[in-house]
Amino acid sequence: MKLKLTTLALTALMAASPAVAELVFPSLSYRTGPYAANGIPFADGYADYFTLLNERDGGIGGEPVRMVECETGYNTEKGVECYESTKAEGSLVYQPLSTGITYQLIPKATADGIPVHSMGYGRTSAKDGTVFKNIFNYPANYWDGASIAVTHLADLNGGDLSGKKIALVYHNSAYGKEPIRTLEELAKKHGYELTLLPVDHPGQEQKSQWLQIRRERPDYVLMWGWGVMNQVAVQEAANIRFPMENFIGIWWSGSENDVRPAGAAANGYKALTFHNVGDDFPVFDDIQKYVVDAGKAAGAGDQIGTALYNRGLYAAMLAAEAAKTAQEIHGTKTLTPAQMRDGMEALEITEAKMAALGLPNFGPEFTVSCENHGGNGYGAVAQWDAAADEWSLITDYVQSDQEVLAPLVAEDSAAFAAENGIEPSCG
Amino acid sequence: MFYREAGDFSTTYQQDNQTFPIKFDRYRYYVVLFIAIFVVPFLINDYWVNSIFMPFLIYAIAAIGLNILVGYCGQVSLGTGGFMAVGAYACYKLMTAMPEVSMFIHVLLAGVITAAVGVLFGLPSLRIKGFYLAVATLAAQFFLVWLFNRVPWFYNYSASGQISAPERDVLGVFITGPNTQAWATYLFCLVFVIFSAYVARNLTRGSVGRQWMAIRDMDIAAEIIGVNPLRAKLTAFAVSSFFVGISGALFFSVYLGAVEVGEVFGISKSFLVLFMIIIGGLGSIFGCFAGAAFLVLLPVALKIVGVDWLGWPTDIVAHLQLVIVGALIIVFLIAEPHGLAQLWRVAKEKLRLWPFPH
Repeated sequence: MKLKLTTLALTALMAASPAVAELVFPSLSYRTGPYAANGIPFADGYADYFTLLNERDGGIGGEPVRMVECETGYNTEKGVECYESTKAEGSLVYQPLSTGITYQLIPKATADGIPVHSMGYGRTSAKDGTVFKNIFNYPANYWDGASIAVTHLADLNGGDLSGKKIALVYHNSAYGKEPIRTLEELAKKHGYELTLLPVDHPGQEQKSQWLQIRRERPDYVLMWGWGVMNQVAVQEAANIRFPMENFIGIWWSGSENDVRPAGAAANGYKALTFHNVGDDFPVFDDIQKYVVDAGKAAGAGDQIGTALYNRGLYAAMLAAEAAKTAQEIHGTKTLTPAQMRDGMEALEITEAKMAALGLPNFGPEFTVSCENHGGNGYGAVAQWDAAADEWSLITDYVQSDQEVLAPLVAEDSAAFAAENGIEPSCG
Repeated sequence: MFYREAGDFSTTYQQDNQTFPIKFDRYRYYVVLFIAIFVVPFLINDYWVNSIFMPFLIYAIAAIGLNILVGYCGQVSLGTGGFMAVGAYACYKLMTAMPEVSMFIHVLLAGVITAAVGVLFGLPSLRIKGFYLAVATLAAQFFLVWLFNRVPWFYNYSASGQISAPERDVLGVFITGPNTQAWATYLFCLVFVIFSAYVARNLTRGSVGRQWMAIRDMDIAAEIIGVNPLRAKLTAFAVSSFFVGISGALFFSVYLGAVEVGEVFGISKSFLVLFMIIIGGLGSIFGCFAGAAFLVLLPVALKIVGVDWLGWPTDIVAHLQLVIVGALIIVFLIAEPHGLAQLWRVAKEKLRLWPFPH
C-alpha cells in the first residue's frame, strides 16, 4: 500500500514537473456558460491543430506539443485559477479568448514573463510592443475592425458618409466599449452620426435597443457582440425587418451559430474577419486524415470548417509558427516562455509560409516587430448566404485607417506606461 | 475524551463569558490562528494563494457581512454583489486619488463608504419585510451595477470601462499590482478576516447583536420590550455593508486586480454569498467560514479530480460541478437546514460524550 502510494506520488510529481521535454500550450477555453456556443468551435480548432502537428510531424521542430485545457466559462475568477494552475507547467503562451481575462492577465503575465496572444481581442493599445512587452494582438485588433467596417460603409457610399446615421450595438463590457473611441474619432473624419446602444451581459434582452433602432432608423448598425447576444441581435434585426446587408458585426459576431437560428431572415448579414472561411484548404485533408479519422478530434468533432473553428486553428497555427521561429532564433528545441516571446516578436507570416502549411491565402501577410505587436490591421468583410448555409468573403483584405488609429494607440499606451511606471523601450 | 468541559473551572464571570469557554476549543482556536499566521505564509505559492486561500478569505468576509444582516437580523438581502462593487469602486477611487496612503486605510475607508451606502439602501427595511425587502435590495444590486457602468467618473474615464488596481504597498511591501508576493497578499487578507470575525463575533454576543436577534425572531415583540427597530435594522445594514465593502475592496484590489462590474459583481455574486451562508449556517460566524470554504474549494476539488486525475473533458466536469453544487444545496436544505455549522455543533455534542454515550 505504502509503496503504491509512493509510486503514485512520484508519478504525479513527474507528470507535474515542467522538466519533461515538451512544448506546453494552455487552452483557456469555455465550453459551458452563455458564451459556449462560440467558445466550443474555437477550442476545437485550437486543439485539433496541435493534435495534427503531433500526429503528422511529431510536434513542432520534433518536440511534442502538450495542450492543457482549462475551462473558464468566460469567468474572470476561473480564468485566474486556470492561469495559476497551468502557469507552473511551463506554459508558453496564453490565449484566453476573453477581453476581461486578458485585461487581468496583462500585468500578471508581464510580471511572470509569459507572453499573451490576444488575437483580435483584448487591449488594443497592446499593439505598442515598447510598452506591452509580453502582450501581442496580431494580426488585427478592435480598432482595426471598427475602421475596416467604416471603410467598407464608405466604399458602399462612394466614399462619403456625411449625414449618415450609424448605430453601435455593443456588449456592455470592456470588450464592447473598445471600439467607441475609434468610432467617435472616425465620425469626426467622415461626418456620420453615431448612436451607442449598450446591451448588458449576457445579452438575451435586447428589445429596447432594437425598438430604438426601429424608431431612429439608422442607416447602418454595427455590432460588438459575443455568445448568445449575437443570435438574439440577428433575430431582433430580422423581427424589425432591418435590412441585413446594412448590419455589420465584428469578427466575434460572425459565426454560423449566430446566424443559423434566424434562418433565411439572416441572409445578407455581414461580419468582419481577419482570416478566410470555409474548409476548402489542403490542411483540412490532413486534419481529416490524422485527427478525425484517428478519432482524436476535440469536442464532438462537428465544428470543422466553421468560422470560429478556423479562427482557433489560425490561432494555433500562429502560435506554432512563433514557436518554430523561437526555436530557430535560440537554436534549441525546448522553449522557455521568454524564448517564445522572442519568437512571437520576430514572427513573419508570408503567403509562401501559409501555402506550405496547407493554408494558402488563409490570412493577411504581416510582420511582428518590437514597435508593432499588432500586425498591419488587415481585415475583410464576409457575408452570410442563408440558402447555401455558408459565409463568403465579399471584399479583399483592406487595411484599417492607420492615420487615425496610430495616434490613438500611441496615446493609450503612453497613458498605460505613465500609470504603471513603464519606460517604453525595445530589446 | 479530549473534548470536554469537565475539570475546566471558571472562577470569574469573564472566564465564563469568553468566546471559547471550553479549554479544548480555545486551544484549537489558538492553534488554527498560529498555523494561519506563522506556518501557512511560509508554505504557499501563487497557485495556493490565488486559487484557494484568497477567494476563501475574501468570501468569508463577505459571508460574515451578509450573515449579520440575514442570519442575525433577519433582513433578507440580495444586494451583496452591488455592495461589494461599492467597496471595490470606493477602493479604486481612493487608491488612485491618494497613492501615498497605506492600503489598510483605503480598504477600511472603502468599508466605511459602503456602510453609508448600505444604510441608505437599508431605509426601505423600516417599512417593508421579507420577500418585499429582498426585492428592494435586488433593486440596489441592479442600480449599483448600472451606476458603475454608466458614470465614467467611477472608472476614471478609462476607455474600456474597467478598473485596474495600480501598485500599492503597505510598509514598502507590494499588496496590489502584478509584483506581489504570495505571503504578502495572503497575510493582508488574513488580517482583515481575523479583524472581521473578531468584531462580528463580539458584536453578535453583545447588546447590539441581541437587539438584531430580537428583531429577527419577532420584530413586534422586540419593539415592545424596548428595542428600537430603526436603530437595530440600520446598524445591521451598516455593519453588514461595512464587511461586504471590505471584501469587495479586497476582491478587486488584491485578488483580481482588474474588474468589470457587470461580470464580477453581478447578481450571481449575490446568490453565491447567500448560498455560502445558507450552506454554512445562518447566524453563525463559523458557518461563514465553512460555507465560503465549501463553495470555493468544491469547484477546485472537482476540477482536480475530474480533469487532472480522471482526464475527463473539461466541459463535462464544469457541468457536473453545477449539478453537484445544486444537488448539495437541496440536500442541505432538506437534511440540515441550519447548515454546516449545525453539523459542527452536533459533532461537538457527540464528542463531549465520546467514547461513553448514554
